[in-house]
Amino acid sequence: MGWAIALHGGAGDIPLSLPPERRQPREETLRRCLQIGVEALKSKMAALDVVELVVRELENCPHFNAGRGSVLTNKGTVEMEASIMEGNMNCGAVSGLTTVVNAISLARLVMEKTPHIYLAFDGAEEFAKEQGVETVDSSHFITVENIERLKQAKEANRVQIDYTQPIQKTDAKKETPIANGDSQLGTVGCVAVDSHGNLASATSTGGLVNKMVGRIGDTPIIGAGTYANELCAVSATGKGESIIRGTAARDVAALMEFKGLSLEEAAKCVVEERTPKGTVGLVAVSAKGEIAMPYNTTGMFRACASEDGYSEIAIWPSGLN
Amino acid sequence: MGAWAIAVHGGAGVDPNLPAHRQEQAKQLLTRCLQLGISALNSNHPAIDVVELVVRELETDPLFNSGRGSALTENGTVEMEASIMDGTKRRCGAVSGVTTVKNPISLARLIMDKSPHSYLAFSGAEQFARQQGVETVDNEYFITPENVGMLKLAKEANAILFDYRIPIGKETCGAGIESPLQMNGLPISVYAPETVGCVVVDSEGRCAAGTSTGGLMNKMTGRIGDSPLIGAGTYACDVCGVSCTGEGEAIIRGTLAREVAAVMEYKGMKLQEAVDFVIKERLDEGMAGLIAVSNTGEVAYGFNCNGMFRGCATQDGFMEVGIWE
Repeated sequence: MGWAIALHGGAGDIPLSLPPERRQPREETLRRCLQIGVEALKSKMAALDVVELVVRELENCPHFNAGRGSVLTNKGTVEMEASIMEGNMNCGAVSGLTTVVNAISLARLVMEKTPHIYLAFDGAEEFAKEQGVETVDSSHFITVENIERLKQAKEANRVQIDYTQPIQKTDAKKETPIANGDSQLGTVGCVAVDSHGNLASATSTGGLVNKMVGRIGDTPIIGAGTYANELCAVSATGKGESIIRGTAARDVAALMEFKGLSLEEAAKCVVEERTPKGTVGLVAVSAKGEIAMPYNTTGMFRACASEDGYSEIAIWPSGLN
Repeated sequence: MGAWAIAVHGGAGVDPNLPAHRQEQAKQLLTRCLQLGISALNSNHPAIDVVELVVRELETDPLFNSGRGSALTENGTVEMEASIMDGTKRRCGAVSGVTTVKNPISLARLIMDKSPHSYLAFSGAEQFARQQGVETVDNEYFITPENVGMLKLAKEANAILFDYRIPIGKETCGAGIESPLQMNGLPISVYAPETVGCVVVDSEGRCAAGTSTGGLMNKMTGRIGDSPLIGAGTYACDVCGVSCTGEGEAIIRGTLAREVAAVMEYKGMKLQEAVDFVIKERLDEGMAGLIAVSNTGEVAYGFNCNGMFRGCATQDGFMEVGIWE
């Protein structure tokens, strides 16, 4: 029992050769966000507030694929999406945001201030204005690295179309370690259980690099990228299309509920047996304060801590960090 | 395996005062759609094709809330959404916010088959539609005079709700005031049944499901409901195909379509048992209904609200169309 928190900055083909200048700022951010979440939980903040707070922090950091630092669509624009869910099954989601500084907070407002769960594109932006949330010019979210990533993704696609060959992952990695390794990064997310046993989950993203305008991934889809009920809270990351068809976040809870699996077993099952290798990672906490952070990709930026004093910040399997 | 089955729906939550001739019209449409599906199944079309075919028919007919005849947004426009899922390999496609595409279900299918993504929305979906050369029309095409009238009533109903500061959303108008039957915060006479859908298992045991809608009457522009969300309004896998209808928010929260499959897979429930369980246990105060087929040729439906337009048929000649219990 007791509080617990886990957060992620994306699962994907994160190469072990990731240079320090790309690795340290992210580890630093994970550390800082974990700290913020832990302090909040210690001061008895509610799980829902904690996950929103932490995800806002991750969105504001330009090193992860959410908010500032979001990857770009095929038109070089940013379209952000997010969802949030509480253990009592209240939830909110947004897609297609272009000016809202913190998508996760807008998702929460949809949950709390409208009769709906999910608002998208112009309708979501209008709602944001009505609510007076912080908005900025879209250029605020765009970083130099992401412009570069988009360029390389387009080049890779062009090659693919011209030569009708699948992208040679290893070649691409040799020449463009930034583009390929990092471009698989899905999302940011946070799950928490507070000292009252209340659960919450929040996930936010810029989506897939070079995605078609209007493409929606798993992140704003309740049951896919985000889920919480009275047993557990889950936030998933990876290849959106795989997470959607596998209803990944819901599946963890379903396995616990219907097959009586523990959090760890359920999370492991989803990642090892119910989704294809190389596509998914997730963080999960249970009402009892357990934590699981499995992934079937090369790595996943993650961090966790629980009231009993345990804490961890990692990218690859333990032993390789 | 070996026997096909099909079910269709035209929405859950029916006005108990619906005039007899409207009930007749609805039953005729459901019958026609079933027959269309049956004919395709007898010619060995795969489940996914049959689902698309039947939902197209439901979208084209203005009677139900999808395609032509869609409910209107608060701005008096139409924003349609749909999703389709092929149980084999669980491939899926979805659209939201389409305003000119004549058959959203077909666009959802194209996204599944011809794009690297699963879900496209709003201007991105419209752009893709043009690239694919699907049939598009003016937004006015989808708007019926009836729904224009309904929108007005919905706005009036909401005005009343706001005046008495009765919370909207999950809670019904139960603050000591005698309330008419309500769904999603609207009186039942104004709440348009939300969706159409079809589920099919073909003679090879392949399941598929599809759902299409104009959404909630008087919805905020940009509002996405359950119909395009895989796991909520639509789901299909090896063991079953499911399409839901009713209060979108309740269906999303309950990940209703996925739930039917989950209890079959993880608790070993059979189809009807799974459907009954989900309707009973997964909706709390929410009102919804669903149709489902299993890979062994069974068909089932369930709903906890006042009626659901539905029809089902199995290869052995069974056929039934209904509205009430």
